[in-house]
Amino acid sequence: MSAEDTKISAYAHPERLVTTEWLAEQIAAGRVGGPDGIVLLESDEDVLLYATGHIPGALKIDWHVDLNDPVSRDYVDGARFAEVMGSRGISRDTTVVIYGDKSNWWAAYALWVFSLFGHEDVRLLDGGRAKWIAEGRELTRELPSPTPADYPVAERDDAPIRAFKDDVLAHLGKPLVDVRSPGEYSGELLHMPDYPQEGAMRGGHIPGAKSVPWARAANEDGSFRSREELEAIYLEEQGLTPSDDVVAYCRIGERSSHTWFVLTHLLGFEAVRNYDGSWTEWGNAVRVPIER
Amino acid sequence: MSPVAETPLPASLAEIAEDFRSASNDLKLQLLLEFSDELPGLPERYAGKLDQMERVDECQSPLFLTVEVDEAGSLDERVVHLFFDAPAEAPTTRGFAGILHEGLDGLTAAEVLAVPDDAPMRFGLAEAVSPLRLRGMVAMLGRIKRQVRARTAA
Repeated sequence: MSAEDTKISAYAHPERLVTTEWLAEQIAAGRVGGPDGIVLLESDEDVLLYATGHIPGALKIDWHVDLNDPVSRDYVDGARFAEVMGSRGISRDTTVVIYGDKSNWWAAYALWVFSLFGHEDVRLLDGGRAKWIAEGRELTRELPSPTPADYPVAERDDAPIRAFKDDVLAHLGKPLVDVRSPGEYSGELLHMPDYPQEGAMRGGHIPGAKSVPWARAANEDGSFRSREELEAIYLEEQGLTPSDDVVAYCRIGERSSHTWFVLTHLLGFEAVRNYDGSWTEWGNAVRVPIER
Repeated sequence: MSPVAETPLPASLAEIAEDFRSASNDLKLQLLLEFSDELPGLPERYAGKLDQMERVDECQSPLFLTVEVDEAGSLDERVVHLFFDAPAEAPTTRGFAGILHEGLDGLTAAEVLAVPDDAPMRFGLAEAVSPLRLRGMVAMLGRIKRQVRARTAA
């Protein structure tokens, strides 16, 4: 067993993560794409990054164009999700592996949206796009042509893993994790460093939220820290326990999807919800409590 | 239909806008990727000198730009030259820079200053790349015009 496999086997739900080595073997064996194969998806912040070169066999899924409703600030409905899945050759029982840029933020975000629709077998590539490239592995601009599949119209079930503003108001006093940068948490910054275009009217954080920037869960190469290291941060330092009812948030819910993945799948927390309205909703809402 | 006449784009930029507007969403992305691929690199005199360029913070990934304006003559005679630097991992940002380079480089200062601030909204790109991402191009255009204004101020 490689050191990476050992690291992954220690997580609460090791089946949620695959290594670059494993993926390369699956590709070499012809198990990516094709009928009954694994479907590999790239989910990036940059809408063109996939087109500049992607892992062989990977299809693109865009958080904005494919997973967000074009009009309302919400995710797509079951019918649209079924179209997005079916057109990529994904059936309800397909193993889907997602990877992306920025330490897998957008990959984790896509995985979380898949989970809203109850897609069972969806995993992340540990380290994402950056690690694959750093290891000198192959990229291609060749576009696969998947055979469309039938995907059922699954009802989106938000309640278990998604929190809305009213849920958060009712949750005050229970554990909240703010995964933004320290400057955003303290209220000095109204936006993420380098991303001033998505601001808010007020700065600060939701009362009682602990500041645990998402990046603390990631290694330099974009892979996740070991279970031991993660437990030192979230359990020992922050005093959370896996049975806690936790809400995580950031700016629009993408960085907190990364933390949601860490708490839920790597540490085995049972009740973590992602508040996707996050600071762009809370920091613009009238008369909600704010702490600075 | 439109009650207010739009300020026209310079011909070079109008042509690019028309290409984008008439393309399907997939083709728009393909075109944008071509602009990203073809964005000229920095000339020798700017190599390793990003600190002499202006950083555009509104882009999702760092972009640096600078403007040179030929000396001597009136605003109608002085030609504008644009230089951009953005990493390969930021192809959308590079694509926006490529459009502005192709559409504005070589125009006169007067022509660049006359480009309407909403020009980036006229490419029909909002649907293909999301309106949030387009704000980076608006910011780039604003900085270019500001630098032209500063360099031509008497």
